[in-house]
Amino acid sequence: MKRVIAIIRQEKLEDVKSALVSAGCEGMTVNEVKGRGKQLGIKESYRGSNYCIDLIPKTRIELVIKKEDLEEVLKTIQESARTGEIGDGKIFVSPVEEVVRIRTGENGREAV
Amino acid sequence: MVDILNTGDTAWILISTVLVLLMSIPGIAFFYGGLAKKKNVLNTMFLTLIAFAIVSIIWVIYGYQFAFGADINGLIGYPANLLMSGIGINDVNGSIPSILFVAFQLTFAGLTAALISGAVIGRMKFSAWIAFIVVWISAVYIPIAHWVWGGGWLMQMGALDFAGGTVVHISSGISALALVLILKSRKSKTLLPHNLGYSVLGAAFLWFGWMGFNGGSALTAGGLAASALLVSNIAAAVALVTWVCIDTIKEGKPTVLGAISGAIAGLVAITPAAGFVDVSGAIVIGIGASIASYFAITYLKPRLGYDDALDVFGIHGMSGIWGAIATGIFAAPFINEAAGLLYGNPGQISIQIIAVIATIAYAFVVTIIIAKIIDLTIGLRVKEKDEVEGLDTNLHEESGYML
Repeated sequence: MKRVIAIIRQEKLEDVKSALVSAGCEGMTVNEVKGRGKQLGIKESYRGSNYCIDLIPKTRIELVIKKEDLEEVLKTIQESARTGEIGDGKIFVSPVEEVVRIRTGENGREAV
Repeated sequence: MVDILNTGDTAWILISTVLVLLMSIPGIAFFYGGLAKKKNVLNTMFLTLIAFAIVSIIWVIYGYQFAFGADINGLIGYPANLLMSGIGINDVNGSIPSILFVAFQLTFAGLTAALISGAVIGRMKFSAWIAFIVVWISAVYIPIAHWVWGGGWLMQMGALDFAGGTVVHISSGISALALVLILKSRKSKTLLPHNLGYSVLGAAFLWFGWMGFNGGSALTAGGLAASALLVSNIAAAVALVTWVCIDTIKEGKPTVLGAISGAIAGLVAITPAAGFVDVSGAIVIGIGASIASYFAITYLKPRLGYDDALDVFGIHGMSGIWGAIATGIFAAPFINEAAGLLYGNPGQISIQIIAVIATIAYAFVVTIIIAKIIDLTIGLRVKEKDEVEGLDTNLHEESGYML
């Protein structure tokens, strides 16, 4: 089992969500987060003064999937979240040792 | 001339009074609240609410009487009607009820006090703000209102101030500057609006209410009120477009904050002139307002280093000064008897400049004294911890957003 964390543009959430559902991946947890990449934020101007907004609002999607679905999920997120501009985000993948469904007590692959 | 009540005039001034109330609450509260940081939004709006409430009380107890009572040596009014005693509901002032004039002027005083808060947000003690408002309205606003509107020495000299260029905008703008010089800078001297949408709404309420502020200052429902309303609107529109042009040339992009700043600057500048100039005068006044305020905010402020958080001096002070002087240039005799430089009366400019300098000097010096005394007694600044963590939770045990 794998955990996939994708940091994406806020406005791409709907696209990514529906693409994941089409790919058979319904469950997910979504957070509003702030962060920055290598470009260190964006410039904004208020009454003639410029400010660097170095932490930009982003959306963080977290999902746990079966190992064999990983490639498909990565491709789906990448395609649906991409604009080609700086700030499209990143995807992180890590292993998951155990999953338990609280309601039924199922665990492992059954619970994903 | 015998004073006879006119219901049309009375209806218009009643409406205008409510329109000016709308400028403070919600206008200024929204305008300043949106420009504040998220952690200070409630405190910022609270400063407007409490200022308006305190001034309302002072105005009916003794404020109006000292400002508009019978003149004593050109300096202050004789307080014959403390707590409104002696003013009956059927008494008439011109063509409107005397108590309506009191109420209309009350909203001006409340608005002016609330305007100052924009300079001090984010670091002033709430108790210090209350003390400041009580003393400031008594020692600064009321005497200046008497000098200019209540029969005092500037009025006798012939100074023109239709709806408050000196009384409202220069006095609040200069006092804001004086207050921040004693209060000192915020820890983080940035202007990063947490909800610019609020500010657009607030500016729109201000613009809307300003029609009553300037239109109502005619004190009649007639051609002069209509003219004041029309020139006020055009000055705001021209100043908005001018600021957008300056923004685009200097920064490459038009900004919404720039647009609303321009509109407010234009409204400030036309205020003293609203009942004296025609549309062509108003257009020049609008252009000049944005240039003067933009210059103050982007060049003067960083060079001098004072921390006028929301640019009360930059917008109200600078455009107020420009508008008061411009009244002496553009006053047209076919609008309202008074003539300015362009209509063969160069002397009017000197009178306007004297009024401007007197207002600046008096408001600055007295505010410095008031601020210094408050600083030495109850203290002006909040604790550093409160400032860093935000005034909403630390001063009021509330937060603007529970999301």
